[in-house]
Amino acid sequence: MTYIAKPKFHHPGLKKNELGYTHRDYEGKISTLCAGCGHDSITASIIEACYELSIEPHRVAKISGIGCSSKTPDYFLGNSHGFNSVHGRMPSVLTGANLANRDLIYLGVSGDGDSASIGFGQFAHSIRRGVNMTYIVENNGVYGLTKGQFSATADRGSKSKKGVTNTDNAIDLVAIALQLGATFVARSFSGDKSQLVPLIAAAIGHKGASFIDVISPCIAFNNHAGSTKSFDYVREHNDAVNRLDVLVGRDPIAVDYAPGTVQVVEQHDGSKIALRKIDADYDPHDRLGAMTFLQKHAAKGQIVTGLLYVDPDAEDLHEHLNTVETPLNTLEADTLCPGSAVLDKINASLR
Amino acid sequence: MSDKKPISSVNDFVVRFANVNGSGSASANEMFARAILRHGVPVSPRNIFPSNIQGLPTWYEVRVTEDGHLGARGGVDMMVAMNPQTWDKDVAGIEPGGYLFYDSTKPMPSTKFRDDITVIGVPLTAITNSTYTDPRQRQLFKNIIYLGSLSALLDMDPKLIEQLIGEQYKGKEKLLSSNVHALHLGRDWALQNLKCPIGLRVKKSDKVGDRIFIEGNSAAALGAVYGGATVCAWYPITPSSSVAEAFTAHCKKYRHDPETGKAKYAIVQGEDELASIGIVIGASWNGARAFTATSGPGISLMTEFIGLSYFAEIPAVIMNIQRAGPSTGMPTRTQQCDIIACAYASHGDTKHVLLFPEDPAEAFEFAAAAFDLAERLQTTIFLMLDLDIGMNHRLSRPLKWDDARQYDRGKIMTAEMLEEGRDFGRYLDVDGDGIPYRTYPGTHPTKGSYFTRGTSRDRYARYSEEGTVYADNMQRLVRKFETAQDLVPRPLQANAERPTKYGVIYFGSTSPAMDEAIGLLEARGHQLDRLRIRAFPFHSSVASFLAEHDFVYVVEQNRDSQLRQLIVNENGIDPVRLVPIVHYDGTPITARFIAKAIGDHQDHLKVTPLRKAVS
Repeated sequence: MTYIAKPKFHHPGLKKNELGYTHRDYEGKISTLCAGCGHDSITASIIEACYELSIEPHRVAKISGIGCSSKTPDYFLGNSHGFNSVHGRMPSVLTGANLANRDLIYLGVSGDGDSASIGFGQFAHSIRRGVNMTYIVENNGVYGLTKGQFSATADRGSKSKKGVTNTDNAIDLVAIALQLGATFVARSFSGDKSQLVPLIAAAIGHKGASFIDVISPCIAFNNHAGSTKSFDYVREHNDAVNRLDVLVGRDPIAVDYAPGTVQVVEQHDGSKIALRKIDADYDPHDRLGAMTFLQKHAAKGQIVTGLLYVDPDAEDLHEHLNTVETPLNTLEADTLCPGSAVLDKINASLR
Repeated sequence: MSDKKPISSVNDFVVRFANVNGSGSASANEMFARAILRHGVPVSPRNIFPSNIQGLPTWYEVRVTEDGHLGARGGVDMMVAMNPQTWDKDVAGIEPGGYLFYDSTKPMPSTKFRDDITVIGVPLTAITNSTYTDPRQRQLFKNIIYLGSLSALLDMDPKLIEQLIGEQYKGKEKLLSSNVHALHLGRDWALQNLKCPIGLRVKKSDKVGDRIFIEGNSAAALGAVYGGATVCAWYPITPSSSVAEAFTAHCKKYRHDPETGKAKYAIVQGEDELASIGIVIGASWNGARAFTATSGPGISLMTEFIGLSYFAEIPAVIMNIQRAGPSTGMPTRTQQCDIIACAYASHGDTKHVLLFPEDPAEAFEFAAAAFDLAERLQTTIFLMLDLDIGMNHRLSRPLKWDDARQYDRGKIMTAEMLEEGRDFGRYLDVDGDGIPYRTYPGTHPTKGSYFTRGTSRDRYARYSEEGTVYADNMQRLVRKFETAQDLVPRPLQANAERPTKYGVIYFGSTSPAMDEAIGLLEARGHQLDRLRIRAFPFHSSVASFLAEHDFVYVVEQNRDSQLRQLIVNENGIDPVRLVPIVHYDGTPITARFIAKAIGDHQDHLKVTPLRKAVS
């Protein structure tokens, strides 16, 4: 319950990151979600990723829509500003916030109802524009907060808890993100923290629109036999193409990898991603290949996870708009207002 | 042929051009209006256009008015009938004794004319066809040729038109000389073949002064530039699109860093109005000055976000260029029909600040002020323009800016203040004015962060569904709205020469017609005190004005007398004392209409004593 204060004391020997922060400094309020909810694992992964990246917690703006997933920003990064906005409208609010101050890190948290139904348009357009953000969809295929209606990502043929079969086709947000030009696209599973944490870390380091679809089973309404978003189903059908290590700073890669199995991608912020290949033929720089690969595997009922596509040299919306380096929210009248002399000239030109 | 004496008038008449849209007539017609201004004679032009790009009828009306009456007058003294589609209606619309100017290349049956008007034929097509071979040139220069003929008929100084052509085609010598040539083709033909001038004449005067000629939308956009807007998100919708387009143009000129060439602004064309207002709210939450421009249907779409702005207290500026509703309504016709929709936009108990500029100069001032108000009050501010002000060139006093003026960024808790140990409660009313402090995201590593939400919360932004906590917050929002009363532009009152029990309230684009109507009413013996409302919430002087008069007319351009409803609702007064005067056919309200409606009501009120009536 959010009104229960979370105790602030912690073990004195708790590990600290480069900035001297502990894990606890990246936590938020106590979650009010159901015990065992996949979303809480994602929250834990976000905390872990931010800790490992040594991000100053207050330099993150966490923005969400409405729904169970959208409540989670209250449960991590308690020293960051959060904005639980309007259903399906996180992307536009995040876009505006990003335009106002390009120096913060923008974390958009949304759900499948929020992004694939009511906010499908906003999801699409924020990706199209290349907003510099990490867009996480906590995807459980169901409307949890309103008690178990199908969402638009529910697979055709999957069964609801009440036994109803879904007859509508599913929207695959990863496929759409790829088609719309997202420059970092990944899918993961809330039950696989070792895969998810580095993906979130890498997405934060990416400049441009990063999208992560995280399958996150709904323990209350979508974890039964017949569901294709249950823990059991996802574990059985998870087909990871690669696993990541995110290397912060410019240190040489210390980990020993077998030759030919690792691909290193240098990100815009100087960090490096070491991609350990699982599927030897999978190339995460090939957008078209990724789209085909996804479709082929989806047809076989497999859920492809991992870093599916990345363009390390992507441009973001600020570059498209050619905005000044100084955050727009710090500009004042002295630089924004053309002044009375210019206005006199404008007046003269209108006579 | 005429059985009515031709109208004779100097510097006081209405010329209406009937054209086909997409024929290039707009620039020639606008040049006609500007040329009269250069004679020192005020004009008030209006575009009457369809929601279409090419082929449908369009009209451009120029009211020549030495007295400076800038409202629409009604009636047409001279019709320049260039559109066969609308011929019959156009000819029928001319005032008795008026003039019809037409292309006489093809003979017309006499049944197509009227006996009580002066018909002036110029073989425009024949002249153009004998001079030009290119079809597009024929089309465009035909417009300049009729301008030339009109200059002779109305006794205008051709040098002034040449000067305008020179300014317009500066640096494009070929276009310049060919336009001047076309002008003289038309002028010379008229001088040689027609009796020039006619009864309508333009005589040089000095009534324009230092006034400027600008569209309200462009002025509002300039106000946004001067007011420090850095983020603009919009979705195209008539009649508001030209606000964002003008903002873009102004920013390109005045908002690029001279050294790096980089933009000190960000403009996004959203995928819809929901995204546009979402971007505005996100940017404002993060401390930038942001706005959107839209019209009625866009307001309907934005209402959920407007409620969020009200309840979570996030600044936003929405410029609503009103058009005739409901639904798609008449997209290219004017109305003041979104008063209620904006004042109480969104679900639950909400109230919003509305600003009502009367002309481009106020559109500029109020647009700039809207950003100060939005940040001071941490809520949505509506700038309520309409198509009549927004999309027509209006003679307006020059725009002014005080270089000493700083932006009012409102109550911002800075990192230094947090370090000092100031108590920060996002929804805590520390000053008693209902306005809390806010922090920008990223301000301080450990202090001042909060979770913004549309759900109920306590003074420290902690989620709460406690009834008392909710009510406490809602009451503070009422207090904040009361604070707004004294921050928004006050109503302006002008009293009649003699004390009177009757008053009139009006606002926005009704202004020029109202000012003119006062003169007409005085001529009929009716004295009225005037109050021009410039903002909602209403200042206390509105209540005083109502108390001081037995009857108050409320003049507005919508069917349901929405401002009157708002006044009745907010002031809790007897509605019988507020007489609605409404005009809502999509054309701009006229002095003649107002004077007749109020005059008739006044005559009705003045019951003749029985004894006098019998005797």
